[in-house]
Amino acid sequence: MKKLLTLTVAGLMAAGPAMAELVFPSLSYRTGPYAAGGIPFADGYADYFTLLNERDGGIGGVMTRVPECETAYNTERGVECYEATRGEGALVYQPLSTGITYQLIPRVTADGIPLHTMGYGRTSAANGEVFEWVFNYPANYWDGASVIINYLLEQNEGSLEGQKIALLYHNSAYGREPIRTLEILAEEHGFELVQLAVDHPGQEQGNQWLTIRRERPDYVVMWGWGVMNQVAVQEAANIRYPMDQFIGNWWAGAEHDVMPAGADADGYLSLNMNVLGDLPVFDEIQQYVHDAGLAAGDGSNLGSVLYTRGMYAAMLAAEAARTAQEIHGVDQIDASMMRDGMEALEITEERMEELGMPGVGPAFEVTCANHGGPGMGRIQQWNAADQEWVTLTDFIAPDDSVTQPLIEEDSMAFAEESGIEPRDCAM
Amino acid sequence: MFYREAGDFKTTYAADNQTFPIAFDRWRYWAVLFVAVFVIPLVINDYWANALLIPFLIYAIAAIGLNILTGYCGQVSLGTGGFMAVGAYATYKLMTAFVWMDMVTITLLSGLITAGVGVLFGLPSLRIKGFYLAVATLAAQFFLVWIFNRVPWFYNYSASGQINAPERMMFGVPVTGPNAEVWVKYLFALGFVIVLSWVARNLTRGSVGRQWMAIRDMDIAAEIIGVNPLKAKLTAFAISSFFVGVSGALLFSIFLGAVEVGEAFGISKSFLVLFMVIIGGLGSIFGSFAGAAFMVLLPVVLKIVGVDMFGWPTDIVQHLQFVIVGGLIVFFLIVEPHGLAQLWRLAKEKLRLWPFPH
Repeated sequence: MKKLLTLTVAGLMAAGPAMAELVFPSLSYRTGPYAAGGIPFADGYADYFTLLNERDGGIGGVMTRVPECETAYNTERGVECYEATRGEGALVYQPLSTGITYQLIPRVTADGIPLHTMGYGRTSAANGEVFEWVFNYPANYWDGASVIINYLLEQNEGSLEGQKIALLYHNSAYGREPIRTLEILAEEHGFELVQLAVDHPGQEQGNQWLTIRRERPDYVVMWGWGVMNQVAVQEAANIRYPMDQFIGNWWAGAEHDVMPAGADADGYLSLNMNVLGDLPVFDEIQQYVHDAGLAAGDGSNLGSVLYTRGMYAAMLAAEAARTAQEIHGVDQIDASMMRDGMEALEITEERMEELGMPGVGPAFEVTCANHGGPGMGRIQQWNAADQEWVTLTDFIAPDDSVTQPLIEEDSMAFAEESGIEPRDCAM
Repeated sequence: MFYREAGDFKTTYAADNQTFPIAFDRWRYWAVLFVAVFVIPLVINDYWANALLIPFLIYAIAAIGLNILTGYCGQVSLGTGGFMAVGAYATYKLMTAFVWMDMVTITLLSGLITAGVGVLFGLPSLRIKGFYLAVATLAAQFFLVWIFNRVPWFYNYSASGQINAPERMMFGVPVTGPNAEVWVKYLFALGFVIVLSWVARNLTRGSVGRQWMAIRDMDIAAEIIGVNPLKAKLTAFAISSFFVGVSGALLFSIFLGAVEVGEAFGISKSFLVLFMVIIGGLGSIFGSFAGAAFMVLLPVVLKIVGVDMFGWPTDIVQHLQFVIVGGLIVFFLIVEPHGLAQLWRLAKEKLRLWPFPH
């Protein structure tokens, strides 16, 4: 009986919030049609926090913990995961799913927990005056669409007049995000936009590629995720669509998207928001995490495109937590302090260099009004012979004159719909 | 000992025909209701409500609906997800078009709209049966999801194609939207469950239900003894779709809050509800509850046991869940086609004889 009591007490103490730690829940998906993208991202996210624990003893001396919860990219499971991990003192949520993001935006706003949707989610969350708890720095979909068009303008000597651009998109909130921006850009630059929707999960695209074969668009832009990317690249190869006129967004440009098509995928273009190649931080992860047997998953993804992005997301969260600790002068921060940290986050070239990832993303700062960052992206190309992505351009800036009014319009519509009084950031 | 008819004298026909002929069952029934209505709302927390109880209640309605159609009337349907989507989109359109309307009316109207759509897709059942009907309802599933994706009017031309439940008040407290307290949502769903399951129970043991069962057991014989198959099948489709529509409406308005049709109401939802009915027990109201509870609880219990207690990787636990659900379906189909409800029935039989089985 006494033993049982001791055990119970020990169990309670282990479960209690008394232990100082920073909790970063990872709503991951390692199963289902989107697992190919979910696994490397989740591995990168978890490994970076493990590295911080092993090398530095956490953030500001407080250990981090990353409870993982499987969502299978399903919104209902996402809600369950959110509720399950919320009570553990979650500092920030990164669900890596636009669908789950839409579920969580009202909830985190009511519960006061920041939500960081890096390069996905609701684009108009960039307006910090309306979306106090939601961040989507350093870039969002509308920026991505604009960056792609800016790149194409550059390729075509500044004019897309009379060209035909097809948008192949995942028929969900995620895939539909760039349509508004592209429609306005089409009007502005005089190109024709052909919209081709691919239904979840994205294996069936025969019809869409038949249309592409018939319409012969000058460029195909893809907003795909999961198994849809692999199928699209294969289908493009099948109809011999020129790969260097086929551009994916940053969620359609990982190694596993192009590998199945083999040599036929050579020349496929995609956006990226990170730099590629050997970052010094990878050696440290290898040393402190993988060699110590602490790697998340099977440890095979180190250095891949989405692993780097997951690690980048973790780095931004860790830096925001550090900023929050500095602002409030306490080590054990809570969710609202974390929000302050995210809003005051400043990423400089020097800081990235210090962290062992020079130039991994753009340098930027977050402000009260702008939760969206600079929105820059770079174009990369797949080299099938060497099986690696080659970065073609430097960071390209989006056309803010197009995206800004859209963000304003959509966020104000949200504010009205949900009865939010926008904050005044000028104060 | 305490679970038996002896000493409980029935002096009227009504008493003889009641749902719970054994006194102990009646007390248990009222006790469950009492706990559900008066105790749980006081002690409920966000996790229990959002992860377990609210989805259980909502899926229980859907399972009862499908059970009416498949279990009682014998018409196989794979269109449950599509009909739930009709309920959800009807709710959304009503909520945004008639801002003054209260949520109970909206939910019931959504059920009625779904019933209309269900009758429309039930028409083929008059000519085709079995597999062929399953395929026809499968077409309904894909058609409905496709149309909600394709026609922007259904999602009020929003850029994302999502529908979001705005905040609505009832008796001065919000029932939908992020600011609604969980006990309000829970009670709202519970109210529908209590009323609808009472209706379902009494429909299925009345003349309508007898006609359904006659059609299920042998439609030609039923026709010969005077059951009108047109009326029986279409009422089954209408009432079943009403239940399913209400459940879709609640899933959207009080549980999810934001819905994307292909993801929330895809074919996997149809199968989920079908599995609830198969595991719970075809042709049983209790089975619908048992099946819904089982399918909602299983992933959560597995997650708590596997991930939180044993520290297994999350993907292994998820795969394990597929294996267990698949295995259980095969097991129940072979060993106990009448599902959990039959096990419950057997347990009650045994209990009557206990402690002196002969």
